[in-house]
Amino acid sequence: MSLLRDRLAAGEFTITAELSPPRGASAAAMLGRAELLRGWVDAVNITDNQGSHVRLASWAGAVAVQQSGVIEPIMQMTCRDRNRIALQSDLLGAGALGIENLLFMSGDHPKFGDHPGAKPVFDMDSTQLTWTARTLRDEAKLLSGKELNPAPRFFLGAVENPFAPPVEYRARRAAKKIAAGAQFMQTQYVFDIDVFTRWVTELGELGALDRCAVLAGVGVIRSARMLDFLASGKVPGVQIPEPVIRRLRGVPPDDVGAEGARLAAEVIAAVRQIPGVVGVHLLTAGYEKQTPELLRMAGVDRTRYFPAGTNQPAAAALAGKSPDGH
Amino acid sequence: MTRVMVELRSRPPGASQDPGALGGVTGTAGPRSVPHRPRLSARLAYLMQKVLKPNPANRRFGGVVERSALARKAFTAAERASKETLFGCRMCGQCALPVTGYSCPMGCPKELRNGPCGGVGPGGACEVYPEKRCVWVVGYERAASQGAAADLRRLQRPIDHRLWGESSWLNYWAGRDDHLWTADDGLETAPLMGDHG
Repeated sequence: MSLLRDRLAAGEFTITAELSPPRGASAAAMLGRAELLRGWVDAVNITDNQGSHVRLASWAGAVAVQQSGVIEPIMQMTCRDRNRIALQSDLLGAGALGIENLLFMSGDHPKFGDHPGAKPVFDMDSTQLTWTARTLRDEAKLLSGKELNPAPRFFLGAVENPFAPPVEYRARRAAKKIAAGAQFMQTQYVFDIDVFTRWVTELGELGALDRCAVLAGVGVIRSARMLDFLASGKVPGVQIPEPVIRRLRGVPPDDVGAEGARLAAEVIAAVRQIPGVVGVHLLTAGYEKQTPELLRMAGVDRTRYFPAGTNQPAAAALAGKSPDGH
Repeated sequence: MTRVMVELRSRPPGASQDPGALGGVTGTAGPRSVPHRPRLSARLAYLMQKVLKPNPANRRFGGVVERSALARKAFTAAERASKETLFGCRMCGQCALPVTGYSCPMGCPKELRNGPCGGVGPGGACEVYPEKRCVWVVGYERAASQGAAADLRRLQRPIDHRLWGESSWLNYWAGRDDHLWTADDGLETAPLMGDHG
C-alpha cells in the first residue's frame, strides 16, 4: 500500500525528498542518509541515473529503502535508457516487489552524463510512459494488448517545470500528464512564487487538481559556489530569478548557505499558502542532515509522526506509520 | 594473480565537444535528431494541411501510387526531399506535423512527441543544442498563431519504429496512422484523486 497516496488523497501537507543511489555496489550509505530523514519526510524519490551518470539502479535502491522500513520509496523511471519492452518489464518487476510509488520523466540527455557517447533511447516519452503504467494497472494489459495476471498496484507521479518556455503552455502540458494518469506531480525548483501560483491556478481551473496532487519543488542554495553554478544557466531547467541572486549576493560569501536555507524556508511557507499545493518536494540530495532544521525553520510541524512528548522520530515512524495512530 | 584490465571505452568521456559527435541518432534510421526551424510559414503550412487532407481524391491517388512499387518509391523520395527541406524531416513514417504547429518533434534530441521537456532554456533554447530553439517552443508559437494551440493537448501514442523510411502521406491517406493521437487529452474523464484503491 502507498501511504503517500493516502496522505495526498486526504489533503495532508506532505513532504517528499530526493535520495540519489551511490556509484557503487552497496546501498548502505544511501540508507544512512535515509535514516536522517526518518519521520521528517513522507517518501523519498530514488533517482534513476540522475544527470545521465551511472548509479545503482533506481529499482534496487527503492527495494533497499522499502526493506529498511525507514521511509517509503518513490521509484523514478526515465525514458532515456530503456525501450518499451524493458520499461514495461521493470514496471512489472516493481509491482512484484511492492514498489507502488512511481515517478516518470523523460530524463536528461546522455550528453550531460559520464557516458556522453551512449545511445539515447527515448523509445517513449514521459507522458506515454505514465499512460503505459496506467494501462498496466487499470486495464491489466501491456501496450501490445496482452493481458497481465495479476495487474500491478501503482501510484503514479510525473514532473513539470512551470518556469521553462513556453511558460503559457506548461499548465496544459502538466494537465496532459495528469490525463495520462499522473496522480501526483513534483515540480522543478520554485523560486518565482508568482509564476508558480499562476501555473497552479490554471491547473485548478482545468480541473486537474481534483485528479492530481501538486508538490512544489524546493531547493536550498548552499554556497556562493552553488549560486554561481545555478545562476550560470548551465543546469538544464533551472532558472534563478534576479531578485534571488541579488539577495544571496548581498550577504557575505560565507553566509550564503544560511541565507539560502532561510530563503528555502520562506518558499516552503509561501507555497503552503497557495490553494491546490498539497506538499513540497525537497530537491536537496546531500542535505539530509540539515533537512529537519530547514523544515522547523519553515514552521512545518511533524511531531504527530514522532512519539508523544519528543521532537525526534522513532522506529515506530517507520514505513510512515505515526505512533499516535494517524 | 594479476589481472590485466583492458579498457573497454573507446575514448575518454567528454573527449568530443562536437555536437555532430553526440551520438544523437535516437531512431533506428534517418539523420540525427537535431531541432530544425521550419522553412514554411505557419500560415502556409496550415493551408497545405487542407490540400493534404485524407479526402477522397487523395485517398484514390494514394491507392494508385501504392499499386506500383516504383511509383511508391518515387513518391516517397519526393516526400522526403520536400519535407526534409521544409521541416528537417527524418522520415519516421508517422508524421505528427499537422498537430505540432508544423514543427517536427523528431528533431527533438529526446524525440518527445507530447511537448517540451523541462530543460528548455530561458530564451526557448534546446537543452542539448543550445544554439537551436526547442522544436516545441517553435511548435507552440506556430500553432497558437494559427489558433491551433489546442492540438498540443492531444495525447500522442508511442511511434512504430518499423515505419522509418516509409511515406507518411501514403500512411495518412490510407488511414494507417489514425491511432497516432487522441482527439483531446481526455482530462475531463481522467479518474479523480482517491478513485484508486
